[in-house]
Amino acid sequence: MSEKKINLKLKIWRQSAPNTVGSFVDYSVSVSPEASFLEMLDELNNNLEKNNQDPIVFESDCREGICGTCGLVINGEPHGPLPKIATCQLHMRNFKDGQTIWVEPFRAKAFPVIKDLAVDRSAFDKVIQAGGYISVNTGGVPDANSIPISKDIASEAFDSAACIGCGACVAACKNGSAMLFVGAKVTQFSLLPQGQPERQSRVEAMVAKMDELGFGSCSNTYACEAECPKGISVKNIAKLNREYRLAKIKSKNVEA
Amino acid sequence: MGWFWKFTNSSIGKKLVMTVTGILLIIFLIIHLAGNLTLYWGAKAFSTYASTLELIMPLLRIIEVLLALVFIFHIINGIRVWWGNKKSKGVENKISAKSKNSSIFSRTMIQSASIIFIFLVIHLDTIWYPYNLGNGAENLYGIVTGLFMIPLYSWFYIFAMALLGFHLNHGFQSAFQTMGWNHKKYFPLIQTVGTIYAILVAAGFASLPIYFLYFHGR
Ligand code: SF4
Repeated sequence: MSEKKINLKLKIWRQSAPNTVGSFVDYSVSVSPEASFLEMLDELNNNLEKNNQDPIVFESDCREGICGTCGLVINGEPHGPLPKIATCQLHMRNFKDGQTIWVEPFRAKAFPVIKDLAVDRSAFDKVIQAGGYISVNTGGVPDANSIPISKDIASEAFDSAACIGCGACVAACKNGSAMLFVGAKVTQFSLLPQGQPERQSRVEAMVAKMDELGFGSCSNTYACEAECPKGISVKNIAKLNREYRLAKIKSKNVEA
Repeated sequence: MGWFWKFTNSSIGKKLVMTVTGILLIIFLIIHLAGNLTLYWGAKAFSTYASTLELIMPLLRIIEVLLALVFIFHIINGIRVWWGNKKSKGVENKISAKSKNSSIFSRTMIQSASIIFIFLVIHLDTIWYPYNLGNGAENLYGIVTGLFMIPLYSWFYIFAMALLGFHLNHGFQSAFQTMGWNHKKYFPLIQTVGTIYAILVAAGFASLPIYFLYFHGR
């Protein structure tokens, strides 16, 4: 069976280590339009390895758009040109035969490049560790539905909880701000009863950590929402702003 | 008060400083424009407006000092936010799709602000200073209309006002978002009102040099 393939020129960012100078390297590939973007890179890597060349480092895990591991800047857009998908869900049929594709890593001071297209996003884990959880006593499993939550509120919280922590919002932002991510987490907890006991300390701690790690200050360009694979709304940032302001006014914490 | 200091220096606190000072400046511009428009009714109307302001003289000076403080906070904090954000971004991607995912108004706040700042300095130096601190009883109408007859002065004025419109178009809705007032029902309305406000303010101010340069007394 001979399948029609498309030919593409790739300009891929190669950088051998965190603090070295990188550059774009040209590759030509002939690929099935049905392949995903990551499969295309897999094929390219197989060929590179066959020729004893260093394969291109990029991250991926579930490859079905729910883990948040993959993330490339493709022709200037985190997760590529289509809205509301992760890089793994982007297929080669969306590119034209003969097209040049620029592939770059996510860029932000808080996300340093590890190698090639892989960046260190552990800053997100640190923000979560600062307050993105609820504290519960261990013990017997509570009865399901013992805390009544209306469907509307549950759905709203779920909209925020849909964030997969991929970091595309930071990459899309000209300010390297993580406020869409942090806003989604803070909003999710602030809507649910389980999030109430730590509501004020959570937002204070998460914002302080976010600032400490070098993420920028949102200037409301809304590029994050446009590039977010889960369509997280900038209303989450508005909510974060409000939660933070009210926490600062109401909380008894004078140190933070 | 340590917590308050930390608050205003946090990423969100800095946005709030921009917002609060920005809202005050938005209100100030309406009042300033209303006063300026009396120029259309001639020297007498304009002088009446100016002398009405003089009536509250000691208070006027206090308001001017407060206004200057608002401007200074807005400017210095804005530069701080811009500089900090530049550092937070670090290396930029070579290819950018920014025109696809954000508006030009939102991305050029520092550029529009720079031109407006230059305008502000010229404005204070050529109008506010000679009128308030100049020697002898200067006639405000004479100063203003005289300046508007200079083409280069007027063109720069018009250019600066266009950029002020850019700045306000983003700033207006941005203030609401930063206050956390992004409501599904009302936010589109706020954005529209902001755009109308920006156009009216820019066009209102810019119409004066255009009028005096090209239409007045012809
Ligand atoms: S808000 Fe969207 S873009 Fe940002 S981390 Fe979550 S899923 Fe990714």
